[in-house]
Amino acid sequence: MSGAFTKTMARNIFYGGSAFFFLLFLALTFDSMGQLPSRDNRAALSGPMGPQIAKGKMLWEENDCIGCHTLLGEGAYFAPELGNVYVRFGKSTDAIKGFIASRPANGIPGRRSMPQFNFNDEELTALAEFLKYVSEINSAGWPPNDQG
Amino acid sequence: MTYKSQSVAKLYFIAAIALFAAQILFGLILGLQYLIGDFLFPAIPFNVARMVHTNALIVWLLMAFMGASYYLVPEEAETELFAPWLATAMFWIFLLAAAATVAGYLLFSYSDLAALTMNELLPTMGREFLEQPTITKLGIVVVALAFLFNIGITILKGRKTVVNLVLLMGLTGLAVFFLFSFYNPTNLVLDKYYWWWVVHLWVEGVWELILGAILAFVLIKVTGVDREVIEKWLYIIIAMTLITGIVGTGHHFFWIGTPEYWQWWGSIFSALEPIPFFMMTVFAFNMVNKRRREHPNKAAVLWALGTAVMAFLGAGVWGFLHTLSPVNYYTHGSQITAAHGHMAFYGAYVMINLTIISYAMPLLRGRNAANSNKQQTLEMWSFWLMTISMVFITLFLTGAGILQVYLQRVAEAPQPFMAVQDQIALFYWLREIAGLIFLIGVVTYIASFFIGQDEPEVVLGES
Repeated sequence: MSGAFTKTMARNIFYGGSAFFFLLFLALTFDSMGQLPSRDNRAALSGPMGPQIAKGKMLWEENDCIGCHTLLGEGAYFAPELGNVYVRFGKSTDAIKGFIASRPANGIPGRRSMPQFNFNDEELTALAEFLKYVSEINSAGWPPNDQG
Repeated sequence: MTYKSQSVAKLYFIAAIALFAAQILFGLILGLQYLIGDFLFPAIPFNVARMVHTNALIVWLLMAFMGASYYLVPEEAETELFAPWLATAMFWIFLLAAAATVAGYLLFSYSDLAALTMNELLPTMGREFLEQPTITKLGIVVVALAFLFNIGITILKGRKTVVNLVLLMGLTGLAVFFLFSFYNPTNLVLDKYYWWWVVHLWVEGVWELILGAILAFVLIKVTGVDREVIEKWLYIIIAMTLITGIVGTGHHFFWIGTPEYWQWWGSIFSALEPIPFFMMTVFAFNMVNKRRREHPNKAAVLWALGTAVMAFLGAGVWGFLHTLSPVNYYTHGSQITAAHGHMAFYGAYVMINLTIISYAMPLLRGRNAANSNKQQTLEMWSFWLMTISMVFITLFLTGAGILQVYLQRVAEAPQPFMAVQDQIALFYWLREIAGLIFLIGVVTYIASFFIGQDEPEVVLGES
C-alpha cells in the first residue's frame, strides 16, 4: 500500500466503519423486532395451543431433532426439512404423530431411519402442534415447494 | 520462545490436535451413515455423531485460539503471562468439561443428558452447534472470562501492539456474543434471529479478527517485513471484515420469518464479504514476496499462505456462490451449504490454527527456529493431503448439492428428500473416499511431530 495511506487512517476506518455498521445492524434489528409480530405467528403461542407448542419446542430441542433435520432450512441435511412438514403431510397433525410413533426401534436395514423416541400421546401432540406453528410462520415463500 | 510462560500454549495445542483427530473420525462415521443409513444405529445415531463432529471442531478451534494467544501475547507484549498457573488450571477445566460433554453425548440418549444436566432450569440445548448442556456452556463462560482476564492484564502491563489489540478485541467479541447462546425463547423466529448472533457474528465477524491477528503475527515472524506495514494491512482487512460482515448477517434472515428487506441487505453486504478474504490473500503473498529473510520453518510459511488462499476460496468464493437471495431461495439448507461449511472452516480456522501450531510448536519443544528437514517434509505432505482432499470433499458436496437442488426444488416434478438422496449417493461415496485421504493427511500430520524429531533442525546457509 502506498505511503499516503497511513496506519492511522486504516485504524480510523476500522473503528469508524465497524461502529457505524454495527449501529446500522442494531437499527435494522430494532425495526425487524417491530415487524415480527405480523410475521412470526406469535398469536399461536398465546392461543389455546400455546402451552403445547412450548412443550413441543422443548421436546424438539431435548431430542436434538436439528441434528438430522432442517427447520426453515437450518440444521443438518441428513433428513427432510420439517418447517413445512405439516403442509407436506396434508395439514394433519395426526399424520405427523403417526409417523413419529411408528419408527422401528432397530432401524431399517441399510437405510436411514428416525429413532423410536417412545413419546406418549401428549408428547406427540406437543411436537405436532409445534411443527404446525412453525409451518405458519411467514418465511417469505420458502421452501420453493412442498418437498422442502 | 522468549518468555517462559509461553510454554503453557503447548498443552492447548496438543489437546487441540487430539480433538481434531477425533473430529475427523466422527466425520468419516457421518459420511458413511449418509450411505449406509443404519451404520452404528441405534448405538450412535447420526445426530450424536454430528454433535461430536461439530462440537469437537468448535472446542479444538477455541483451544487452539487460546494456545495461540498464550503463545503470542507475551511475545508481543514483551512480558511474562500474568498468571501462567491460571492458564494451566483453565486448560484442565476446559478439557475435562469437553471430555465429559462428549462422553455424555455418547453414553446417554440426548434427552437423558438434558434431564441429567437439568436443562429445564435454563433450556439452551438442542440448537445446532449449541448442543452442549447448559452447565457446559456456563463452564465455557468461566474459562473464557479467566482467559480474557489473564490475556488482558498481560497486554495491559506490557507493550501494546496492534496484533495484541486486535486479538483481544476478537477474543472479547467471542466471549460477548457467546452470551446470546443463553437466550432461547419459545418464539422460534426470535430464537433463530439471536442464535445467529453467536454463530454468524463469531465466524464471519470476531473470529476473523483473531484469524487476522494470528496471521499477522506469524507473517511478522517468518518474513521480517516491517511491523508498520503488516499492521496497516491488518487494520484495513479487519475493517472490511466488519463493515461487510456485520450487516452481512442478513443473509441468514431471508427465510426464517424476518422482514423481506433482509433479502436486499443480506445479499448486498454478504456479496462484499469475499473482499477482506481476497485482501488477506494479497496481503500474505505480498509479505512473503517482500520478505527480508528466509525463515527455516518452510512448513509454517506454507500453512500461512495456504490459509490465505483456502479461506478466500472456502469462505469467500463458496460463500458468495449461494449468498444472493434469489440463489439462496433454492440452495438454502442443501448440500451446497455443507460444501461451503466444510471448506470455509478448514480454510479459515483449521488452517490458521495449524499455521500458528506449525510456527510455535518447534520452539515450544526446544528448537531454535524450526523442525528437522524430515519433519517439515512430512508436515508439508500432510498440508497437501488435507488441503487437496478438502477441495475434493467440497467439490463432491457441491455436485451433490446441485443435483439435490435441481431434483428436489427446481425440476418440474419435484421429488421427495429421501428419493433424491438415493440418487446422489455416488457423490457421497466420492466424498467419503476424499475424507479417508483427509484422515491419512491427519495421521501424517501427527506423525510429523514424532518422525524425525531426533534429527537436527533446519538451519539456513547463506542465501
